[in-house]
Amino acid sequence: MSFIQIENVFFSYDSEDEGQPVRNAVDGVTLSIEKGEFVTVIGHNGCGKSTLAKHLNAMLLPDSGKVYVDGDDTSDEEKTWDIREKVGLVLQNPDNQLVASIVEEDVAFGPENLGIAPAEIRERVDKALKAVGMYEYRHHAPYKLSGGQKQRIAIAGILAIQPQCIVLDEPTAMLDPNGREEVMSTLLRLNREMGITVVLITHYMDEAVPADRVVVMDSGKVLTQGTPEEVFSQVELLKKHRLDVPQAAELAFRLKGRGLDIPAIPLSVEECAKMLGEVLQ
Amino acid sequence: MVRDVAFGQYFPGNSLMHKLDPRAKLLCFVAFIVVIFFTFNYASLGVVAAFTVFALISAGISPKFYFKSLKVILFVVIITSLLNLFYGSGEPIWEWWILKLTWNGIHRAVFVSVRIVCLILLSSCLTFTTSPTELTDAIERLMKPLKVIRFPVHEVAMMMSLALRFVPTLLEETDKIMQAQRARGADMDSGNFIKRAKALVPILIPLFVSAFRRAYDIATAMECRCYRGGTGRTRMKTLHMGARDIVSFVVTAMIIGGVIVCNILLTSVL
Repeated sequence: MSFIQIENVFFSYDSEDEGQPVRNAVDGVTLSIEKGEFVTVIGHNGCGKSTLAKHLNAMLLPDSGKVYVDGDDTSDEEKTWDIREKVGLVLQNPDNQLVASIVEEDVAFGPENLGIAPAEIRERVDKALKAVGMYEYRHHAPYKLSGGQKQRIAIAGILAIQPQCIVLDEPTAMLDPNGREEVMSTLLRLNREMGITVVLITHYMDEAVPADRVVVMDSGKVLTQGTPEEVFSQVELLKKHRLDVPQAAELAFRLKGRGLDIPAIPLSVEECAKMLGEVLQ
Repeated sequence: MVRDVAFGQYFPGNSLMHKLDPRAKLLCFVAFIVVIFFTFNYASLGVVAAFTVFALISAGISPKFYFKSLKVILFVVIITSLLNLFYGSGEPIWEWWILKLTWNGIHRAVFVSVRIVCLILLSSCLTFTTSPTELTDAIERLMKPLKVIRFPVHEVAMMMSLALRFVPTLLEETDKIMQAQRARGADMDSGNFIKRAKALVPILIPLFVSAFRRAYDIATAMECRCYRGGTGRTRMKTLHMGARDIVSFVVTAMIIGGVIVCNILLTSVL
């Protein structure tokens, strides 16, 4: 069994007795996430990706279908806290996730809730802050930091719980390009160096490029999934659902449409430049 | 503009004041603030003022922050001392229309303004040197006996620390909303009192809506971080009472004693 197993999950925010047709926010999703994977879920606003994220740590329970985390059913109330210890969720607005007025005290909030001994909390906090590169800021007040720094503190707050998987619900949506870059490189490092499973939910196609696997969602369903190369070469399918592709892929796609002999769809600017150089020679 | 408020801010540091146990600090400050209102002659007022200065120096924080917090209440100080100045009893030394200046009034004005200034300086000193978490921790520990009567001690302390955490965030938000409303032509700086109060409505409504939305988010984030109430929770920073804290109790007791002695030996000027 995979680390996270989502089996035919349906979920709706509407209640049935209001007489209106029920619209499912998550409409029959089946998905599995392996340990150590970096998975990006992309899709429009309202496609159900955030709702799906909240199912991964039992914040929401499916109307029908099952979600298993490390073999435990999320609808089993006795397992709720075990599951939240294994799967941490980082939300969109960093301001609303920081609960203490000093950075290190905020990071300590999670382990404090778990009832860990003070000396070990200290150790975990220092380790988590170092992992996101915010150790020097441990005595600062969060409201004085930049958006990217705040979001890294929020990630450290989850890391201190020592989860096996971090789910991030559009963590970069409210950040400027610098902040986005900071958060992305932090996530990649956590995944590559510490082996933490990362599920990144985003609507920036460029953030999907470094992932191991990309899952595209539309109106509550999984539209397609695969490696970034596989997914973004389906430019027509994505366009049909009004989704963008990375700019490099878009350029190559259009050139191909004009009859240029493009061997494969590139994903990054460097790749694209190299390929165009070869083609033009 | 709203962001300039220094009151309630915390400045990390290593001074004597910072190192005191927050419980000891809180108790001493509360005792001291009560004592401020029991000064009835210049000797005891002097003792209180001298200790206030000592407390500020031992906190090692730049005076400009104290001036900032004083600036906010300057208006209150002026109004109350003016009122006291002309409402004293006894022989008038100067009289004009309904205004009547007496020695009693002058004493009262001096006492009132020194008391308010000391009060503000000391409470600023407390919040400048104690992180909100420490402060609410101290309150939680000190109120622990109330658990016997089913008082939700942990919940109150958590609410306080969250409230303190979100003061700067909500101030910033207020600023943003005001700017946004101004950009749409809202007039907030002219007109009479009623007109200005009405102009606040388009600021308060979005502020409240966003505060509720935030509260929902915070609750989610806290649950995501395994928060399930106060039972079974540990703290990273544990509180320890040390020799330093005993000394602070002794000093406070001596000052209270000094003020009482002054009050007994010398006659009240008020």
